[in-house]
Amino acid sequence: MRRTETKILKVIFEPIWKNNPVMIQILGICSSLAVTVQLQTAIVMAIALTLVVAFSNLAVSVMRNVIPRNIRIIAELCIVATLVIIADELLKAFMYDISKQLSVFVGLIITNCIVMGRAESFALANPPLLSFLDGIGNGVGYGSVLIAVAFIRELLGSGKLLGFDVIPRAFYLSGYENMGFMLLAPAAFIIIGLLVWLQRTLINK
Amino acid sequence: MLFEKIKRAFDKNRKHFRDDGKLKRMYPLFEALEAFFFTPENVTKEVPHVRDSIDLKRFMSFVVVALLPTFLFGIYNAGYQSNLMSGFSLDFWSAFSKGLIIVLPLVFVSYSVGFFWEILFASIRKHKISEGFLVTGLLFPMTLPPTMPLWQAALGISFGVVIGKEIFGGTGRNILNPALTGRAFLFFAYPAKMTGDSVWTVVGRLKDQSVDIVSGATPLAVSALAGTHEKIELLLAQKGYSFLRLFTGIYPGSIGETSAMLCIVGAVFLMVAGIASYRIIFGGILGVLSTGYLLNMVAGDSSAAWLSLNPFYHLVMGGFAFGISFMATDPVSAPGMENVKWVYGFAIGVLTVLIRVFNPAYSEGVMMAILFMNLFAPLLDYVEIKLRLKKRIPNVQQF
Repeated sequence: MRRTETKILKVIFEPIWKNNPVMIQILGICSSLAVTVQLQTAIVMAIALTLVVAFSNLAVSVMRNVIPRNIRIIAELCIVATLVIIADELLKAFMYDISKQLSVFVGLIITNCIVMGRAESFALANPPLLSFLDGIGNGVGYGSVLIAVAFIRELLGSGKLLGFDVIPRAFYLSGYENMGFMLLAPAAFIIIGLLVWLQRTLINK
Repeated sequence: MLFEKIKRAFDKNRKHFRDDGKLKRMYPLFEALEAFFFTPENVTKEVPHVRDSIDLKRFMSFVVVALLPTFLFGIYNAGYQSNLMSGFSLDFWSAFSKGLIIVLPLVFVSYSVGFFWEILFASIRKHKISEGFLVTGLLFPMTLPPTMPLWQAALGISFGVVIGKEIFGGTGRNILNPALTGRAFLFFAYPAKMTGDSVWTVVGRLKDQSVDIVSGATPLAVSALAGTHEKIELLLAQKGYSFLRLFTGIYPGSIGETSAMLCIVGAVFLMVAGIASYRIIFGGILGVLSTGYLLNMVAGDSSAAWLSLNPFYHLVMGGFAFGISFMATDPVSAPGMENVKWVYGFAIGVLTVLIRVFNPAYSEGVMMAILFMNLFAPLLDYVEIKLRLKKRIPNVQQF
């Protein structure tokens, strides 16, 4: 009993910190550069990806014994594509503005290495519940980096968080300026690099 | 007498910084201070591998000496432009002291913030504090406009030292020039403070409101505004930027970049001392002139004003002279092999002109050109080594 508990916890928490898909495996970098200019889009993207990974892991895991070995990539792709289209339609129906801002990047979740990677490496070999939790863990691991990067970029780049001004006017009057660099994609590269540096330093301690 | 006293002070305190001492984490600081006063026993253990009797410290001090004329002139010019705009006295000493008030805080911030990062990394990573920072810390403020806010300069030098140098392992391992990396960061982070008409001259409290405010636009900014079928030379002359004035450097611009004449003095000193590579410098000048003449030929009577600009103007406008003399010749980020230094310098010249002429978003191309070619330096080295190995007659028969 104790054993399964620790395994479940391990499956959830390892991808969040020790084996983070973005910071350790360096996967999903493309979307973390593109959607992290604002915190809001980053949060929506994180939730969308977490749900897609979790449910694609669940579906692949349920069908793992009936999917023929030779065409498994195609089968996985169909599952992921279906889920991504559902997510995209939901966003368009209920959050049209954010869907506009995220534009093509919701659709591109299909090509996100994390989704396919987890389906291939975990869901094909593990029971449904564990696979689902692994998906949640990886999604949260990805999302936490995304939100951290977006937090720094929106705060320094436009002086806002979730669209609200947080830097007091007195700062601007005394000469503070927003860092335009943070709105450009290279800034996300540098922030992710610094986060990786920080995380490895903490892990190796 | 004094030196003996200093030496005794070092010897007395040495034990605290040794392996078992209380302050052993601060050993790099102690070592750097000692090396500042006395020639260390072991020279050149670390990269760059200068095979000479001078060590890295003397090497870098030569660069600082070469920078001094440009630096002093930069101080004078910053003060002169400021007094001109604000309507104060233009005599030498009042201009110079005004310049000191403007420039010294920038230099102080650059050195203190930069040394803070240097000492931090040296203590944690246990490498030596490199004398290379003496040069970086002086070069960096010289590339900035005199109006730069101090906190932005502090951010810039932090970025240059940490991201441009220390994460690669410190002096000698960096692929980019740290001072230029810092400047590039500021250029993209705070574009309003790095370009435009209003940033180049510190305007003090106006003494007399009726003073005729002269335009503060730099020559490059004036040129960038040239319309179709206009001669840039004429436009510049209308603004008072004659070729001679551009050459001597009494015009608004970044602190160190304006005087091509004094950059040449520094460059000649460095070349004679064997520190800067003449191949890079002459390669760069060749690159600018050949591209300029080529564009002149293409131009005909086309409407683009930039195409028909006399190539010599490219040499004296903006930061090209400064960049090619002091930035491109940085021994760490330039290629190490001799022949490809021509290619490296030439490409910097070509790119500088191309960016200035064809990219209206960046009126200044030198910084981008040098950073871009920094990235290519390892590749150029690789190519030359391959070519040399090809020439060799193999001494083992291959079967």
